[in-house]
Amino acid sequence: MKNDYAALLGALREEDEPIVDEWMAELPATDVGTRRANQAEASELLRKLRESLQAGADPQGFESAADWASVRDLLADLSRSRAAQGQSAGATSVFVLALKKPLFASLQRRLGAQPEALGPALWSLSTLVDKLAQHTVSIFQQVREDIIRRQQEELLELSTPVVKLWEGVLAVPMIGVLDSSRTQMVMEALLTRIVETGSELAIIDITGVPTVDTLVAQHLLKTVTAIRLMGADCIISGIRPQIAQTIVHLGIDLQGVSTKATLADALSLALQKTGWRITRDK
Amino acid sequence: MDRIPILRMGETLLVTIQVDMQDQTALTLQDDLAGQIAKTGASGVMIDISALEIVDSFVGRMLTSISGIARILSATTVVVGMQPAVAITLVELGLSLEGVRTALNVERGMELLQRARGESSLGH
Repeated sequence: MKNDYAALLGALREEDEPIVDEWMAELPATDVGTRRANQAEASELLRKLRESLQAGADPQGFESAADWASVRDLLADLSRSRAAQGQSAGATSVFVLALKKPLFASLQRRLGAQPEALGPALWSLSTLVDKLAQHTVSIFQQVREDIIRRQQEELLELSTPVVKLWEGVLAVPMIGVLDSSRTQMVMEALLTRIVETGSELAIIDITGVPTVDTLVAQHLLKTVTAIRLMGADCIISGIRPQIAQTIVHLGIDLQGVSTKATLADALSLALQKTGWRITRDK
Repeated sequence: MDRIPILRMGETLLVTIQVDMQDQTALTLQDDLAGQIAKTGASGVMIDISALEIVDSFVGRMLTSISGIARILSATTVVVGMQPAVAITLVELGLSLEGVRTALNVERGMELLQRARGESSLGH
């Protein structure tokens, strides 16, 4: 098995510059800056690969062995930067897989005279490069998932502001699809603010909720019930005509919850309930 | 065994729950309250649960039944100071405490009882 890599190691040691050039030629055309960055990454990768092979690292244990750590880290950095730039997983693995052709050519030149050695050497090389590419893609995916998870968390925090509209009147503008975790967060934030401010009225504005189905309605009703249990009252506002129709078609009973079309209407009802009267000077 | 004291303030009976409710404590409270309402002719019952951090369905049902008992004895019940976590738990348990009046704090609860008293005296 060791011998299969001897020729490869020789190629990496003696021909690394031409290999990088050929490798770059394999890649789809890009602008000068990207090309230069690619070239730097390619030479670095070849160097690390050579060091690991020289140290006698066994490609079988590529995913976990300590002597491959530097190559793995380099590939991880490479996919991370590409994921952040918004490149596709395909383009990232193509970059690594394009290394096959120049190395194959080089092995052919070196071992062309002894076909019985060429076969296994090519096979080992192919397996190794595949492993590199596989690792790159899996890291790429992991990075993407991290990005998505972070964005979801940010979105969740973004979407639950509880604002004080008036003395004793709170409002929550709900934005986006209501699911149980969102409702739970909104409910907690709102109830806590009710206790803090001693507000008697809360307005839930659903202008930013795209659709209302039975599940969303159930979440809303839960929130309303919890608010009532605390001893405060609740108005739901921002019900668009289509949503009003959907609610009736679905047969959702809003159990005597005050509902208003706009936040302004809800505020004036809230002021009326809390005993405020607003007059306007001519 | 813990027994929850019932304080009388004019026409209102005040109950402050400050210990974790055991089922037996809840039942005793229910008994005591019914007796006290009948004895004093109180028109309002205020239950302060602001110190209560854990509820179960039994306590939830107890609040509903106290309210029902008090209504039959012509007294209004108001539950005050429920913690957000308690409210969420009750909702998740599917208990909405139908027919129980609630207020944010003792002061608001007193106002509510006063208003209820005014309404019922008008009714006579």
